[in-house]
Amino acid sequence: MDTFRSKIIPVTSILAGVVVLWYVFAVILNAPFQRDLDARAKETPGAVEFIGKTLAQPKPTLPAPHQVAVNFFENTFLRSVTSNRSLVYNAWVTLSSTLLGFAFGTALGIVIAVGIVHVATLDRSLMPWIIASQTIPILAVAPMIIVVLAAIGITGLIPKALISTYLSFFPVAVGMVKGLRSPEIMHLDLMHTYNASASQTFWKLRVPASVPFLFTSMKVAVAASLVGAIVGELPTGAVAGIGAKLLAGAYYSQTIDIWSALVAGSVVAALLVMVVGIAGRLVDRAMGGRPA
Amino acid sequence: MTEQPPAVVSASKLGLTFQTNDGPVQALSNVDLTIGKGEFVSFIGPSGCGKTTLLRVIADLEKATAGAISVNGMTPEQAREKRAYGYVFQAAALFPWRTIERNVALPLEIIGLSQVEQAERIKRTMELVNLSGFEKKYPWQLSGGMQQRASIARALAFDADLLLMDEPFGALDEIVRDHLNEQLLDLWARTNKTICFVTHSIPEAVYLSTRIVVMSPRPGRVTDIIESTLPRERPLDIRETPEFLAIAARVRDGLRAGHSYDD
Repeated sequence: MDTFRSKIIPVTSILAGVVVLWYVFAVILNAPFQRDLDARAKETPGAVEFIGKTLAQPKPTLPAPHQVAVNFFENTFLRSVTSNRSLVYNAWVTLSSTLLGFAFGTALGIVIAVGIVHVATLDRSLMPWIIASQTIPILAVAPMIIVVLAAIGITGLIPKALISTYLSFFPVAVGMVKGLRSPEIMHLDLMHTYNASASQTFWKLRVPASVPFLFTSMKVAVAASLVGAIVGELPTGAVAGIGAKLLAGAYYSQTIDIWSALVAGSVVAALLVMVVGIAGRLVDRAMGGRPA
Repeated sequence: MTEQPPAVVSASKLGLTFQTNDGPVQALSNVDLTIGKGEFVSFIGPSGCGKTTLLRVIADLEKATAGAISVNGMTPEQAREKRAYGYVFQAAALFPWRTIERNVALPLEIIGLSQVEQAERIKRTMELVNLSGFEKKYPWQLSGGMQQRASIARALAFDADLLLMDEPFGALDEIVRDHLNEQLLDLWARTNKTICFVTHSIPEAVYLSTRIVVMSPRPGRVTDIIESTLPRERPLDIRETPEFLAIAARVRDGLRAGHSYDD
């Protein structure tokens, strides 16, 4: 009941507001084209009929929510999952490279963070480069990665996953540097009084202390991985994936397809962040976390 | 005096100067002190008098910059490497992701004891601080006083003869503090450990100690060392006796003589 009041009601109110606004803009944006059509057909529909037509165009400037919903439903549930028009199939193609890239990125981020925390030289030399790496627009880098890797015979999943890695290692590296440095002075002093070795201090103090930071940064990283996978599909003329659906939709002005691919992407992103969040909470529980 | 060799802690002309951005700060100056086995020595003084710093020098958490100090006849560093002492901090400093018993086990894991030996030591020290039954609890499930007792159990776990305590009860309310003081004396009597205890409470220092080291700031130095004439057996109401009040008065005079409250 509490979560219902504190979460569901505010969220649905905002959603309802967005849907209403969406309809208003759909009518406004689709009206000029509809007026042209009507003028050519020498029709003078009434206001209600006119609005109805703006919301039912096959290639609208802004599709109405119900058009997107119908398209999304048909392409998700009514098609065989092996069909390349199925959103489930395309989402799976994108998801698989997202997950691979996310796994690479998380591992790379952790390795970099451990290096930075333990080696003073790396701390000074590596951090500026890591930050610089994220200022380069990924849209510019992605095609080069795909092309260069294709030239040496690597195609398919790996190049896309590497773009995800490129985007996802950063939040993990930054979060883990912070996490591994999070133990209090008193805890470090305590380990010192035990004459604990550096590796004992690392495994018994720094690693457990960094776990909450890891999950927070993994939530950001998994969303970034998905963006990376979609971006990776755009310049390659990939045949499948959410990015490929977006691109194909743009070529053929299939705006409804574009929007339903966008919805599919958002659903996948939300699910990924949720899964990481749940995993984080389970680990926190197992580590004696105080129930909120 | 009653200085049977070998001394547990022996300091002569000990000094420590911190280099800060505002220039050097003399935290300790010319400290001469010998602590014998089985003593309960309190360090009392206003903040900035170096009492905690002195304890940290004994523990090898700070390095002295002048004079000499030995712990069990070794340098503090050697003593630390031999795990000669247990240290209790101002806060319990338990690891929140470990249960109480795993917290107590932490030093035992580090020195590499077998599981069987660990279990036996945990059981013994938990009994010593009256925490039996709370082994599986996490720190947040315990009150502040119980957490501090758990941290004392952790300090006792590897059975060092020297216990260094830095204002361990400073953050607790007076009723809990009285109770823990009583338990600490009891524990001291049973284990015959040497205890160095930093405090800023006069009654606490007088109640617990066989010797009280009065310190004063700027620079941190020892202004008086008071031998307690109280018996080792001390019920809480000993604090009402004239003898107790006389010692407390002498401590207060010592603190005043150190010009510690004239700013």
